[in-house]
Amino acid sequence: MNNLIARAKELLENKIVQVIVGYEAGPTGVARPAFITNPAKADLLIYDERCVQNLAVYLTKPEVRNLGKMAIVATLPVMRSIMMLISEQQIFADNIIVLGVSSDGSLLDIADIKVMQAYIEKSDLGNPVKDRALLVELNKLSKEERFAYWQKELSKCIKCYACRQACPLCYCTRCTVEVNQPQWIPVQSNTHGNMEWHILRAMHLAGRCISCGECGRACPVGIPCHLLTMQLADEVHNYFKVYAGTSEKMSSVLSTFEPNDKESFII
Amino acid sequence: METSRKLIRKQSLEKLYNQLSATRKVYAPVIADDKQVEFKYNPGFAEVTFEHIRSTLSVKNIAFPKVENLFLYSNGKTESTITDIDLNKIPEVVLWGSHPCDNAAFDALRSIFEWDIKDEFFSKRMEKLVVIGLSCHLSDAYCFCTSVGLAPNSSKGSDILLSPLHNGDYQADILTEKGASIVNSFSELFESTSGEEVVLTTVKQKFDHEKVTSKLNGAFEHPFWVENSLRCIGCGACAYVCPTCACFDIQDETRGKNGKRYRSWDSCGFSMFTLHTSGHNPRNVQSARWRQRIMHKFSYMPDRNQSLGCVGCGRCSSGCPVDMNIAEQLEALQNI
Repeated sequence: MNNLIARAKELLENKIVQVIVGYEAGPTGVARPAFITNPAKADLLIYDERCVQNLAVYLTKPEVRNLGKMAIVATLPVMRSIMMLISEQQIFADNIIVLGVSSDGSLLDIADIKVMQAYIEKSDLGNPVKDRALLVELNKLSKEERFAYWQKELSKCIKCYACRQACPLCYCTRCTVEVNQPQWIPVQSNTHGNMEWHILRAMHLAGRCISCGECGRACPVGIPCHLLTMQLADEVHNYFKVYAGTSEKMSSVLSTFEPNDKESFII
Repeated sequence: METSRKLIRKQSLEKLYNQLSATRKVYAPVIADDKQVEFKYNPGFAEVTFEHIRSTLSVKNIAFPKVENLFLYSNGKTESTITDIDLNKIPEVVLWGSHPCDNAAFDALRSIFEWDIKDEFFSKRMEKLVVIGLSCHLSDAYCFCTSVGLAPNSSKGSDILLSPLHNGDYQADILTEKGASIVNSFSELFESTSGEEVVLTTVKQKFDHEKVTSKLNGAFEHPFWVENSLRCIGCGACAYVCPTCACFDIQDETRGKNGKRYRSWDSCGFSMFTLHTSGHNPRNVQSARWRQRIMHKFSYMPDRNQSLGCVGCGRCSSGCPVDMNIAEQLEALQNI
């Protein structure tokens, strides 16, 4: 953590960046995003097991971008999100400095995108261990039981869209749910409409989800909606042998045709 | 009405609950499978929790449901037929065990829905509602009722307010005609009070709401809003869990010839909330939307509705995915 603070100070003092996007501790002890622009305030930065939010969501937020060039504290999911955002042409690699942190909390030396790519490639890119276990349990259920499980969970949804807003890859300025001519997804929250929303969200993230679990963490009513996108990440890996966020030039699996694509799933 | 105070023993409380539950809809808090506290209709008494700090969602849906049908329509070749909703079908509901902050929130909602023109849906639901509140013997760092003029045993909004005693019995304050009518119907369950002291939690005052309101007057352009909302991701979680947020959207949903017009919860935190047909959006950045949230609750509502738009339940902060802690921000705002 001291290395992180020293590096953050150095970057701000030498005006290499104008803002550090990292974590600080809030008044109740919860870790939360911090936007440090003054080197004297770099001491507020923390990094420990409480720091779980995927900060990459701020890379596309206008008011954060307005602050100038940024350095971002990046765990593996943040790095993979950055790769996806570069690949989808939402950000420029040159505009960001990556303050990589390893799972044990030590500061990594991520000099450029190539180094970051090498780091990502040698990491475990599957879903987080605890979620893998949950998916195994869910996949043991019969189709009917699984449907009933999701019906029960998604009936709790209040359509606050925290899952969408927390996701670094849900950056559309106008989401399909906000299109009302035609109205694809009902505005009201009811079980049927909630299922439509969550299926749509999961499908739009298929091949793009980097398994950070942020959508499920953000949900105020505790729906494990991250398991939907994580299941699809598994499916995409099974079919196409790719993990999202591993290169700055990803081809989107659902919108790229390759003559040798497997077609076994097409009815 | 003159208020009165009685004692209700634990065993009698169970009898009261069971008898109410046998004849009407009782909405009471339970701890769900996923450990979240939620209100349910007519759970068994053993399931009802008396040990919760706050339910995940507030209980405002009793008076302001997340979806309310306004009317039904049927489209013919040249004209449409409209069918009104029969408000008399709205059932009588006893809200059981909701805390003083949530009960006071009904007054804040009333100041909006009955401000000039009475909203008949809200008014009817309130008319059919009896609130048996429960004072708080537990609290946490997110609670701030004492900063908005309330307390763990405020009686505002309750018809009967139960407060726990050391021995497991409850003190019952009978506050309204509706409350008295319940007590009279089950008078054998209530005894004279022994004057024993109630067990209450202590909630530290974090700010002076009057000072905040006076500071907000003139703080519209203050850099505070941008600085303190950078981490806000613009979801509607705070508004949807809030017991006093009252914004709604109105939509038509048609299938074939038939359809319904309904209203459903909306949030001023959403980027499209104020988007005009012209394409202009007066609140086009998140800081403007965050400012609106605080201004509405602590400046516009006191000014226009003679009511604060906040009851200090802390849900917006405990439910926020990025720790937008409203009490912390209000504390800072009183000193800008």
